[in-house]
Amino acid sequence: MTVRKWRLEEVVAGDVLWSDIRIGPAQLQRQADTARAAGNGQLAENFERAAELVSVDDVRLLAIYEALRPGRSSARDLELLATELERDAVPMCARLVREASTVYLRRGLLKS
Amino acid sequence: MATDRAGEERTLGRFERLAEQRVHLDGFALEDPELGLVALHSPFDPEPSLVVRDGLVVEMDSKQRDEFDTIDFYIADHGIDLEMAPISMSLSDETIARRILSMDTPRGEVAVLTSGLTPAKLARVVALLRPHELIYCLARMRVRRTPSNQAHVTNLLDDPLLLAADSATAVAYGFRELETTVPVLEDAPSNAVALLIGSQVGRAGAITQCSVEEAMELELGLRGLTTYAETISLYGTEQVFVDGDDTPWSKAFLISAYASRGIKLRVTSGGGAEVLMGAAERCSTLYLESRCVSLARAVGSQGVQNGGIDGVGVVGSIPNGMRSLICENLMVMMRNMESCSGNDTLVSESDIRRTARTMPTFFAGSDFLFSGYGSIPRYDNMFGPSNFNAEDLDDFLVLQRDWGVDGGLRAVEHDEALRVRVRAAQATRAVYEHLGLAHFDDYHVNEVVYASGSKDLSPRDQRLAQVASQRIVEKGITALDVIRALHATGFGVEAGRVLAMVNARLDGDYLQPAAIFDEEMNVLSSLTDPNDDDGPGTGYWPSSDRRAEIAFSPLAGSVQSLQGEQKAATHRLRVINEGPAVTGVDPSEVVIGVSPALARSMWVSSGGHNVADMLREILAGLEEGGSTGRLVRVHRSIDLGVIGLTAAKLSGSGIGIGLQAKGTVLIHQRDLPPLANLELLSMAPLISLEMYRGIGRNAAIRARGGRTIPIRNPYTNEAITARYHATTVAMVAMERMATSDEDPTEFEITGLE
Repeated sequence: MTVRKWRLEEVVAGDVLWSDIRIGPAQLQRQADTARAAGNGQLAENFERAAELVSVDDVRLLAIYEALRPGRSSARDLELLATELERDAVPMCARLVREASTVYLRRGLLKS
Repeated sequence: MATDRAGEERTLGRFERLAEQRVHLDGFALEDPELGLVALHSPFDPEPSLVVRDGLVVEMDSKQRDEFDTIDFYIADHGIDLEMAPISMSLSDETIARRILSMDTPRGEVAVLTSGLTPAKLARVVALLRPHELIYCLARMRVRRTPSNQAHVTNLLDDPLLLAADSATAVAYGFRELETTVPVLEDAPSNAVALLIGSQVGRAGAITQCSVEEAMELELGLRGLTTYAETISLYGTEQVFVDGDDTPWSKAFLISAYASRGIKLRVTSGGGAEVLMGAAERCSTLYLESRCVSLARAVGSQGVQNGGIDGVGVVGSIPNGMRSLICENLMVMMRNMESCSGNDTLVSESDIRRTARTMPTFFAGSDFLFSGYGSIPRYDNMFGPSNFNAEDLDDFLVLQRDWGVDGGLRAVEHDEALRVRVRAAQATRAVYEHLGLAHFDDYHVNEVVYASGSKDLSPRDQRLAQVASQRIVEKGITALDVIRALHATGFGVEAGRVLAMVNARLDGDYLQPAAIFDEEMNVLSSLTDPNDDDGPGTGYWPSSDRRAEIAFSPLAGSVQSLQGEQKAATHRLRVINEGPAVTGVDPSEVVIGVSPALARSMWVSSGGHNVADMLREILAGLEEGGSTGRLVRVHRSIDLGVIGLTAAKLSGSGIGIGLQAKGTVLIHQRDLPPLANLELLSMAPLISLEMYRGIGRNAAIRARGGRTIPIRNPYTNEAITARYHATTVAMVAMERMATSDEDPTEFEITGLE
């Protein structure tokens, strides 16, 4: 599978927006498959989460990261976030958020 | 201190001298497990254990699941291969350690075995390895076959042109990753842009990063202004992790966020950080780092920067500390992750000690030997001085040459450095001006090109980088704007290369473990260039081109260049009336025997004296002592003893002087064996003209049967053989070329005065 690469003439002509330059979910899935075949399931899962996040814009990306930092979110906030992510077809990240919520509750890392 | 016989307080002289050595400036700590000041093993480190019930880890390293902290949870649920674990955990520590070293166990099997180990078990296994074994394990276990190197590129002023010129210089030296940071946080976007441009001048494909606070670092990556990220920190205790304002889950998400934009990332950990933060939980630095490594794998990082890093001073101060740093790197490699192997902090004021810290990595090779070689002067390194710095580049290149080791670097000729520095400074100026970020004058460009570091620059507006950064943020500048600006200002080649870095994000091949781009933009990673070191004849071997680069040294001279130097030293002295030598009868004469090439092809000694000056002084000394000198050339031998003895046998007094063109001189006597002598000055580079005169004088005294106070061979405590032996070899070769079967000849000289 070859990916279309941008040519200098296209960039210079102004036909390309920065938002056009994105790795695609299919490429990330391919990297995940490769990593799994090489025996690294964790790296594969990272790439699979990434594949989900391709369509999430930069601002939201930073907001989700912020929500997962210690003491930033209540259990309810995290549940809401997970539900949203599921709705938006980001299920693996939603699972990550739910798992975090469970452990944060035990370890006192939720917003009081 | 003690009291001597005179009642004075005194210290032994030896101990006073030792106290002046620079190693005494380093701090050393007593081992103290209560504070976590213990390297390889603490009595409080947990016993390794793993209990799995219905696919769930219910006990790990002697802790029940309900006692787990966040790090334990993440590792237990994601970081251990539960299929392998029953096998891996059942083997003794020694058995596993032997398998890492055994060439009969393929490298890949070791990695699979390691995937089933808990953090406590992994730490115990690597702690069994002694330094020589660790070196081989690094070579065998690193994931990429071809070793590589990363540079720090920073300066005190955040001067964009200097950052760009220094980036281009680092790339010329062979660095494939460049890391910058800021003395002033607001300058980060400008620094990132300067590195992005400078890194693509001269050669393609070096990747760049700007180490700042997590959210800012991500933003720079999202805009395409950096091409990898490294400062995603992990810690070995929950307290420190949370103090760092993150959790394993926030980090896991962040790592996926980078991957979702096609940006390479590795995490950072390193022993000693928890001790510094006062929350080491009485554990060894190695065990805590093992937790970090297991966590790094669990969160899906392709690689880890460790080996001390910020806490290296702590680890280095305790027994076995330096050794444990190598263990840290090895654990990463064993988990099949990229190792960016520390060596990025000056660990000692002692050159011996800091060099020793880096040598295991150097001999073994690593995915990155340094997680930041200081490519700029020590004072300009905004991470703090690295363990090796710009001042040490020639030393490093010579070490590569001495040991035939690929440390990732190559020599740079002066004019190549000049060319890339000019180009990088000009390109960066053009982009900044084109994008309306800042203005620079020609004088600034010129200063940057020739500067060794930022202290060579004139004072300028200190807010330049800050203002440029604000504009980069306000205008939403991305890598595309940089490409267009480069193209519009006539830097099409660099525009193409920056675009290639952007395009590399689209397929993600450089997200795989240990990926770098070579200079033809091929991805070298654990997949495309896997390490297959299973002993001699396997693993990395430099190509013939690369071997030539490693062997090359601009410091090396040849016989040809020496001949040129000798020719340039030709004196107006002339040899005349040369004919067969006869045995003298005058009992007051001393014959001076000279070597075959003297005053024919060789004119200057290794001490820098012209042969005319040496002969004049010897003749003057003879005259002072009441003798006359007669000059004879020995053709058949270049050996000083034979030359001197030949002269003595031809001498009416039976005393002869032997002189080689390189300056070595002796007094001989006709009845002595060739290898004996009366007086010898063998340290040619150190012989003064006064000493040649003294040799003449003493020879004259001996010719009259008198006794002399021998001229003492000069002595130095410098590495004189290292300095002159290459030259000596070339000089001996010239003497050898001048030999013939001819009998000794007698000659006169003119033009001495």
